[in-house]
Amino acid sequence: MILAEAIEVSRRYGDVTALDRVSLQVTQGELVGLLGPNGAGKTTLANLLTGVRRPDEGRVTLCGGDPRDPRTRRTLGVTPQETGLPATLRVGEVVEFVGAHYPDPVPRAELLDQFGLSDLVKRQTGGLSGGQKRRLAIALAFVGRPQVVVLDEPTTGLDVQSRRGLWDAIKAYHADGGTVLLSSHYLEEIEALADRVVVLGRGRVLADDTVAAVRGMVGVRRVSFAHDGEPPTLPGVVAIEQREGRTHLLTPDSDALVRALVVSTVDFRDLEVAPTSLEEAFLAITDSSSDAVALAA
Amino acid sequence: MTTLSLVHARYQLLETIRIPIALIGSAFFPAASMLFFVVPFAGDDPVAATYATASMVTFSIMVSSLFTYGVGVADDRSQPWDGYMRTLAAGAGPRFAGRILAGMAMSLVSLVPVVLIGALFTEATTTTMGFLLGIATVFVGALPFTLMGLAIGYGLPLKAALVVCQVIFFPLAFGGGLMSAPDQAPGFIQTIAPYLPTRGAVELMWAAVGDYSPHATSLFAFAVWTVAAGAVAVWAYRRDEGRRFR
Repeated sequence: MILAEAIEVSRRYGDVTALDRVSLQVTQGELVGLLGPNGAGKTTLANLLTGVRRPDEGRVTLCGGDPRDPRTRRTLGVTPQETGLPATLRVGEVVEFVGAHYPDPVPRAELLDQFGLSDLVKRQTGGLSGGQKRRLAIALAFVGRPQVVVLDEPTTGLDVQSRRGLWDAIKAYHADGGTVLLSSHYLEEIEALADRVVVLGRGRVLADDTVAAVRGMVGVRRVSFAHDGEPPTLPGVVAIEQREGRTHLLTPDSDALVRALVVSTVDFRDLEVAPTSLEEAFLAITDSSSDAVALAA
Repeated sequence: MTTLSLVHARYQLLETIRIPIALIGSAFFPAASMLFFVVPFAGDDPVAATYATASMVTFSIMVSSLFTYGVGVADDRSQPWDGYMRTLAAGAGPRFAGRILAGMAMSLVSLVPVVLIGALFTEATTTTMGFLLGIATVFVGALPFTLMGLAIGYGLPLKAALVVCQVIFFPLAFGGGLMSAPDQAPGFIQTIAPYLPTRGAVELMWAAVGDYSPHATSLFAFAVWTVAAGAVAVWAYRRDEGRRFR
């Protein structure tokens, strides 16, 4: 059963195209990661699926209904942004308030206990630490026993320990049959949680595959060296950059590239091989989308 | 009235009560005006004191409606929590109803000091029927100001909404003749008052608690202001949704 679906969805803000004919299906019991650099369209896609915005073109459905209809959203759990909690309300009150929107909410004490918030029940949210706010924000996504949960960068800005605690909560929900769409720009987070990854870049779906496959795709390395003259033509290069007298080659297989470089006639100096950031890898893939397709295949 | 509307009203009130100075704000100005203007100058005359108290009640309704809805809505719209609430299983209806319920409750609370000062320190008096009619008139009189507040709150960003509320409440109060006894306002105010919504509201209040016949012009203007403010409020609300959603 398909719980969340986007069909050929486009969304523009003025001249900027945030999503360009994106299609996505999330079926019951899946934990799908949505990966991409800032500005890739992750938040926009999450907003369309949660009924906050409507698409310019295309269609979104949630549990078979329109997410813009409040009744459809009874099946949905969403996390507010950390800064978004009403500062004067107490932790317990926020949980009660959100719970009041669902037919069968998790009892307050049980939910707070699950997320390690029991001691804070009387505290106003404005006085919580960043990590505590984040935990409360994520707890709110689960208060209504949702069928599907949309978490938009749930652990951004958290320390490692809090992050792992939240991963456990998400895993537990998933293990009970819950469906999750989780966006992140940390590959590590997606690897720890998701079965399947959808990579977004510049408003398009670049890849939709298993974690292992995408890991290979974004595991791009940077091979750089100084040399004189034109950049050499070498196999397996997805992007070439030249700056400050050095040539930078991005490649998914640095071993093969270095071997080819050594046997070539290129007079290189100061060879360096370094992992790229996820963002760099994405940009390289986005710039040469034909290569990306080849890699993903 | 759905349960969700009550839930929203309850949490609106909780948020307001947690910062009690907000309550004092809408109650203070009318209460202070009672003490400085009504008690010393009209306190001994039962008729004048009753009309003056009714004027201050109207003043209080206007101020608290404008600020509760104008500044309150603009402030909420600027919070990320507002975006999250849109993902909850409640449409615009319960949120709107909850806000108006909470605003009415706040209005009634801010009236308490004015009514108490009127009852204790002046000769103001009314019948039980007059008092009940007066309470009913509070809700009718609040209409155009509630809608004006919503129009401001949905139409403007927070800082602009605050300034607009501050700028318009004073001329509305003086221009409508709230600061003077019926038919004793300075000449130019006599001229403009019938065309302001405050005048219709206060005439209804005078008629409720005393022996006063409202003027047709004032009541007509009151109705026109209500409809116009309502139209602008709906337009501003739709525009706000459009800006966020389309």
